[in-house]
Amino acid sequence: MSDFEKLKGELKVKLNHAKTSQEVDIIRTNIFGKNGLINSEFKKLGSLSPEDKKKVASEINNAKQELTKLFNDKVLTLTNSEIDEQVKKEKDDVTLPEKDFRIGKIHPVSQVIDEISSIFSEIGFSVEEGPDVESEYYNFTALNTPENHPAKDMHDTFYLDKNMKTLLRTHTSPVQVRTMLNGKPPFKIIAPGRTYRSDSDQTHTPMFHQLEGLHIDKNINMGHLKGCLNYFVKEFFEVDKIKMRFRPSHFPFTEPSAEVDIGYRVENNKIVIGEGDKWLEILGCGMVHPNVLKNSKVDPKKYQGFAFGIGIDRLAMLKYGINDLRSFFECDYRWLNYYGFDPLDVPTNYRGLSK
Amino acid sequence: MKFTNEWLKDHLKTKKSELEIIEKLNHSGLEVEKVEPVKNELSDFVIAKIVKSEKHPNADRLKLCHVDIGKKELVKVVCGGPNAKDNLLTIYAPPGSIIPKNNMKLEVSKIRGETSYGMLCSEAELNLSDESEGIIELNQNYKKKVGKSYFKGNSNNVIELSITPNRPDCLGIRGIARDLSASGFGKLIDIKNIKLKKHGKQTLKVKIQKNKKQACTLFGSCLIKNIKNKESPEWLKKRIISLGLRPISAVVDVTNYVMFDLNRPLHAYDADKINKGIIVRNSKKGENFKALDNKNYSLDDGMCVISDHEGVLGLGGIIGGTRSGTELNTKNILLESAFFDPEITRKTAKKLQLNSDAKFRFERGIDPNSIQIGLDKASEMIIKICGGQVSKSDIQSTKKIKNKKIFFDPSLASKTIGIKLKTNEIINILEGLGFKIKKTNKVLAVEIPSWRPDVHGEIDLVEEIIRIKGFDKIQSIEPERKRLKPTLDFFQRHFHLAQRSVASKGYLEAITWSFTDEKINNNFKEKFEEIKIVNPISSDLNVLRNSLYSNLIFFLKKNIDRGFENQSLFEIGPYFTGNKPGEQITVVCGIRKEKDLNIFDIKKDVVQTLVELGIDRKEIKVDTNTPSYYHPGRSGSIMTKNNQSLIAYFGEIHPRIINNTYGFEIFLEDLVKYKKQNKKEKPTITFSEYQKSDRDFAFVVQKDFQAQLLIEIISNVDKSLIKNIKIFDVYEGANIPKDKKSIALKVTIQSDFKTLNEKDLNEISQKIISDVEEKASAKLRS
Repeated sequence: MSDFEKLKGELKVKLNHAKTSQEVDIIRTNIFGKNGLINSEFKKLGSLSPEDKKKVASEINNAKQELTKLFNDKVLTLTNSEIDEQVKKEKDDVTLPEKDFRIGKIHPVSQVIDEISSIFSEIGFSVEEGPDVESEYYNFTALNTPENHPAKDMHDTFYLDKNMKTLLRTHTSPVQVRTMLNGKPPFKIIAPGRTYRSDSDQTHTPMFHQLEGLHIDKNINMGHLKGCLNYFVKEFFEVDKIKMRFRPSHFPFTEPSAEVDIGYRVENNKIVIGEGDKWLEILGCGMVHPNVLKNSKVDPKKYQGFAFGIGIDRLAMLKYGINDLRSFFECDYRWLNYYGFDPLDVPTNYRGLSK
Repeated sequence: MKFTNEWLKDHLKTKKSELEIIEKLNHSGLEVEKVEPVKNELSDFVIAKIVKSEKHPNADRLKLCHVDIGKKELVKVVCGGPNAKDNLLTIYAPPGSIIPKNNMKLEVSKIRGETSYGMLCSEAELNLSDESEGIIELNQNYKKKVGKSYFKGNSNNVIELSITPNRPDCLGIRGIARDLSASGFGKLIDIKNIKLKKHGKQTLKVKIQKNKKQACTLFGSCLIKNIKNKESPEWLKKRIISLGLRPISAVVDVTNYVMFDLNRPLHAYDADKINKGIIVRNSKKGENFKALDNKNYSLDDGMCVISDHEGVLGLGGIIGGTRSGTELNTKNILLESAFFDPEITRKTAKKLQLNSDAKFRFERGIDPNSIQIGLDKASEMIIKICGGQVSKSDIQSTKKIKNKKIFFDPSLASKTIGIKLKTNEIINILEGLGFKIKKTNKVLAVEIPSWRPDVHGEIDLVEEIIRIKGFDKIQSIEPERKRLKPTLDFFQRHFHLAQRSVASKGYLEAITWSFTDEKINNNFKEKFEEIKIVNPISSDLNVLRNSLYSNLIFFLKKNIDRGFENQSLFEIGPYFTGNKPGEQITVVCGIRKEKDLNIFDIKKDVVQTLVELGIDRKEIKVDTNTPSYYHPGRSGSIMTKNNQSLIAYFGEIHPRIINNTYGFEIFLEDLVKYKKQNKKEKPTITFSEYQKSDRDFAFVVQKDFQAQLLIEIISNVDKSLIKNIKIFDVYEGANIPKDKKSIALKVTIQSDFKTLNEKDLNEISQKIISDVEEKASAKLRS
């Protein structure tokens, strides 16, 4: 055995015994350093015959490879055990609270508008909007509500001028007229938005939200109206079956007009929508009055269709068990936090409406 | 509109139960709002059983009774009746009831130290007899009726309908009966021919003056002489009470009765108080009269008044006056049955803020053909109760009554409703409602009854048909799942995104009023004009908001009062720039109040939101011009490149308004408009594979020098090589002149084509230094 072989053997033993990375570092220098074993062996090559040179060089290279592997293994073992040592010492009380995070919330009214939009999107309705300040004409006259008609008493109107020509819209129905005047039939729209009536008590706020629906085409009849609303209510309340009744009513801008009630029952002081022997009024609807179509430059002889109006806040209250309408607009931090929705919780028709 | 089933049966022969009738009314458009037992002063007295009676601990003559009144728990009543004993059936008066004998209201009271809840009654106390010795003893037949009212006639319910404004005909019980009969709920009973012996002519002269916009076109009247006005008989009183009215005298009660029975308002004058004759005319400005509500009204021009030669007697179709009112000693009366124009009547009443049952009916439209029947029916009743002789009727008219006729194509019904209807069925329904029909070819000639002023056109007939047929007969048609247009347009998509983008940064979405307090609004009004609401709901919500901050800050303060020091709120919605439709702007407005917050936190929120909305960070510039409600030194406006548009403000809210609060406003329309005008394809990205190098610089500049400008200068040195510039320190103080500051920044340099060598890097560094020194009057800090 050559000296080299002997030295190599000793180093292996040393390496085996090494306990810390410092010891390994010393051995590493002994082997791979400038004056280390490998290098000094290479230096010796010069004095050898070409034949021997080749042979010895190959031996050294083999040894180098062998040692390198040994080294790497040893280093890995040591590093791992050192990490393990370190980890053993590191212990935190993970039950301490996490760092503060702030989660914003989407107001239930906004969430419900998105839910409704998603539902109607599925059957081809698009969203339209109209101004909050309206003229007397769009809010009443064009909607077949003449001046000095008792039907106006149903709306306590906020006026912006003494002549009562501009006002805050009392419903979203003016969007019907604006949309029809701006385009050509067919029309298939919903229009959510703020509405205003001079009314304030337990169940009324001077501002609230409505959603208007309008579908005008050549042969749209009350069967379509019924089907559309039935689909909507089922989807919105996320139930398979819904008990619904249409009651004749009166709105100047639809004829025939109806109010729609849905069935419910009370279970553990909570309203359960869908079944039961009690009725809850949720919306008004009807076939668009020919006068409204005329005022909107749509020929009532060729086109007909339905419209409906839904109280958005009320739907939100029903679906999410909120008792007090006024609380929607009082901005109580606790309320917003509690009833608000995660902004990532976007209602869509492929994921579903609610989490 | 209130009625009782019992009264309804005067007009409708039906076997249907009250429940069935209620259900039917709901289904034919006469919404039942409430069903309540008829209230009268005796309905409180209930049949009760003494379960146990014991001696009152503090009084020998009194007993302490435990009484079953049909409720879950027994009540304790102190009783003085010697006959009170266990198992006795008697009559109980609860606290709050009024004892008929002395008209005293019973209250919970302590009698010798024992609380008594109510009273057990003697016959005398209930005015049944003079027997006052002991309490009433009922026989065993009443055993099963414990808890029920003792006095009969209380089993009747008052049904209250909410009549829509298009159905004046159903403001009378006969109209309701007619509707039910058309729905197949029995037969409408013919109004009996009233046989009245009429004595002579109506001798008071009545004249309808020709005036511009004369509301009165028909005025019928008759005189009834030598009556003895008195209290109404029991049955009449009961009906008047069931309407929710107070019985007054036979004459008044009868006019009210006819109004509710036939929807025919009447007015009775004391004929002896009318000076010479009746003149129906328009009022003159300043005329005065005292109405039956005991208020004085000063009239305007052109209101329809009924007057005599002395002055105003009453307002036509609205209210009578005290001067000619009937009283119990009235001997001779003039009955008025007239027609007043709905619109003019409504206008007058609105101006005077007067409401009455008559006005409510006239403004909706009264049957002009009901004048005679109204006079006859009332006369008959008055004579029956009060005696007297009635004259012939006098009917003045200025306009002929003619029923409207329309041609109706019955196929419109099927087309609208979606189910096939036979013409015969249509005819049956309409005839049941009183329409007269002549069939000509395929079209029906329909004559509209005079009590249906709401029916104008074919579509109104369709409504009548389906209303009676039943909405439940309409076949539901599944909606088609076809989309013609995207659900949301470009703007709406940004609205939606902005809302969720801000919320995702920890802000709670609030929805606040579109109106606000003028005083708060003044802080934010700036250049805008105040938009006042003429009739605000309260004085602190009297203007449309000129900024979203007004209400958000108001409610933020409220939350602070609730103990929430740290909050972030936002709202997305309109503020108003004028009082015309469309003069409104959609703003995303956020406010934050937290400990150790500074301007750069809010700037981060707003800039990140803008970036999320698709605005390139490199395209925006910050300016220092902001509205006065921001802290002038700690706020900025965000402009798009080339100052095209202002898209946001951010900063500390002016401490005069609120302290330590930061906010931002993003103007959504302008943002979306900018994006539309600057739409660009996203280019394919290539990543440089070459070495990148960072170089740090520190420049000493004037204190008021804007860092933004420094970045702009450097990035303009070489747009392709300079990939990023990041400011990491701003320093003022030691080693820096007092009016200067040092800005330290890191510039990332990288070529897309080669690895830059030391020489290249030095060259560009030199260029950076020289450009900055020249353009920013800066000095490289050594």
